[in-house]
Amino acid sequence: MAPIIEIKNLSKRYNITGRKRGYVALRDVITEKLRHPLTALLNLGRSMLGKNGMEIFWALKDINLSVERGEAVGIIGANGAGKSTLLKILSRITPPTEGEIRLNGKLASLLEVGTGFHPELSGRENIYLNGAILGMTRKEIADKFDDIVSFSGIGDFIDTPVKRYSSGMYVRLAFSIAAHIEPDILLVDEVLAVGDAEFQKKCLGKMEEVTGKAGRTILFVSHNMAAVTKLCPTSVLLSHGRIVMTGKTEDVINYYLAEEYKKSSDSEKLLPFKNQDLVIEKFDVTQNGTRTETLDGDRPFEITIKFETLVDLTQFRLGIYVKNSLGSVLFRSTTSDWKPELEKIKRGRHSATLVFPGKLLMPGSYFLNIHAGRFSIINYMAKQSLDRTIVVGASAYFNQAHPAERTEGELLLPSEWKLESVHN
Amino acid sequence: MTVTIIKPKKTFSLEDIKEVWRYKGLLYFFVWRDLKVRYKQTIVGIGWAVFQPFMTMVVFSVFFGKLIQVPSDGIPYPIFVYTGLLFWQLFSSALNDTSNSLISNSSIITKVYFPRIILPLADTANKFVDLFFASLALIYLMFHYGYTPQPIGIILIPILLVITSATAVGVGLILASINVKYRDVRYVMPFFMQLLLFLTPVIYPSSIAGKYAWLLSFNPMTGVIKAARAGLLGTGPIGWHSLLISGIAALVFLILGIFFFKKTERYFADIV
Repeated sequence: MAPIIEIKNLSKRYNITGRKRGYVALRDVITEKLRHPLTALLNLGRSMLGKNGMEIFWALKDINLSVERGEAVGIIGANGAGKSTLLKILSRITPPTEGEIRLNGKLASLLEVGTGFHPELSGRENIYLNGAILGMTRKEIADKFDDIVSFSGIGDFIDTPVKRYSSGMYVRLAFSIAAHIEPDILLVDEVLAVGDAEFQKKCLGKMEEVTGKAGRTILFVSHNMAAVTKLCPTSVLLSHGRIVMTGKTEDVINYYLAEEYKKSSDSEKLLPFKNQDLVIEKFDVTQNGTRTETLDGDRPFEITIKFETLVDLTQFRLGIYVKNSLGSVLFRSTTSDWKPELEKIKRGRHSATLVFPGKLLMPGSYFLNIHAGRFSIINYMAKQSLDRTIVVGASAYFNQAHPAERTEGELLLPSEWKLESVHN
Repeated sequence: MTVTIIKPKKTFSLEDIKEVWRYKGLLYFFVWRDLKVRYKQTIVGIGWAVFQPFMTMVVFSVFFGKLIQVPSDGIPYPIFVYTGLLFWQLFSSALNDTSNSLISNSSIITKVYFPRIILPLADTANKFVDLFFASLALIYLMFHYGYTPQPIGIILIPILLVITSATAVGVGLILASINVKYRDVRYVMPFFMQLLLFLTPVIYPSSIAGKYAWLLSFNPMTGVIKAARAGLLGTGPIGWHSLLISGIAALVFLILGIFFFKKTERYFADIV
């Protein structure tokens, strides 16, 4: 059977004009042309010759991909890699510039949760309206109406205008409509990242249920590597609008992280890192007094950040984020977490040291990411991140009876269990 | 099995019409939504559709009919102006809503696909509901003043409505496309609509322009309103000639509008 999604030589070009896009007033355009008639004429001439001042940007270039029926494929890549553009073209919101996509089935996307909801209309009316916008016929909606209502848990409020709903109810209703479309192909964007943790869990749960169903094809775009690994056996890595790698999700993620790691080890070159208030001179990880990135899991290690403040600062905080290999933050720690008085810092050179106890992290690699900023005023690291990758080795004291045992989780608990026999 | 092919957007083709037909369910829902919302929000609801043109008619009758004594081809001024107002209101409100339809639905346009042309069509369809209620007042006025429409007038009405809405949609589609790109256009619109009202024989008969009357017939609404008055109130022979001009102009506007809309449709979602 033919693949359910066939993408051939797909490209999408955006023309970026000198002026930022957004609100353009016809009035301004006309006055501009009248004020500088010569420039306007010149520009017209140039654009006729195909040489206008536009900058061309290929959001996607020569994408070829085919997805089989029932496959769940993750799409990963850094910001601006073209993931969202690909989903937009697949859902036909914006057309491609070149190439062709063939979809052998009905497509719906979970980017559209709550699209077209009207606050004045009741829940019941919005189910019909939103269902129609998402591509269901009136009969299909009527058939699933009871399921949608019971899944959403809206109950008696179904005839209340949705403007009176709590935001939780609103989202539940919106999601349960989207979850009942039953398309052949489902597109899921990170939109799932909005909403509270419980809602996310519910969405992921529903997603897993949906993937389990025979014949459902899923494209899942996310930064959450853990979720991609869980849902999608295969993945595609996009970078600068091109497919860099297709394959088993684990391999693709490892490749992607290795690339990211290369970038992060480049951050050594970024030192000293300067801005208007602060210079970060050094960022070192040391164990037993030597600089290293491969650590003995049993022994403590310390990180040292040397920096200079160019002025006196208040609400100052400096610290690190510790992230696992999938990019989730395990914990963060800053200089003023336990010492509010450290939020005030005088002009001068400083050195901040944090000691990590031994037997803290499970074996594996972790990212250390510097944070520096003034609380609620400025984040110095907003544009440039300074990272260090560490590889933690296994503890020599951890139960050695089963060397092949895979330990899950990321944190190690050095405490021991107390086990007693109970007689009564 | 639904098969969808996604390709770079071409200009208008027959496929587009078929597609609109496939999406007629959604068209219905958009019309339904706007009606529901409008009649839910205002207490007077449907009454508003009658009240608005009726009050305009009263004010015009007092000032133009009574005080300034604008000629009205020998029929009572209230019924004369109301007939014109009915068609004018359909035209101006359809044109206005059509030209704003993309912007007011931008949250949907950037998230879901459907043929965009459905939005202006739904807006126009909506105006027919208003027209229906407003024309009840015309029937009352005709009773009141003792006018019976000629049979030809009744037959003519659907044609006049088609010409009116085709012009409104055609011009509206062009403005809607411009409106997406240049956001100040919609603030100038009410001003031009007001000017246009005075360039259309709504409050005066076209005969007032004397030998320059032919100039007025370039405005498609002139032929429509003249024919409506002739057919319903018997103000004279139906001006087939100017009606034909109106019809052709409407067709040209509609075709231009559709082509312009299709041409710019591909980047709506990127700049809305």
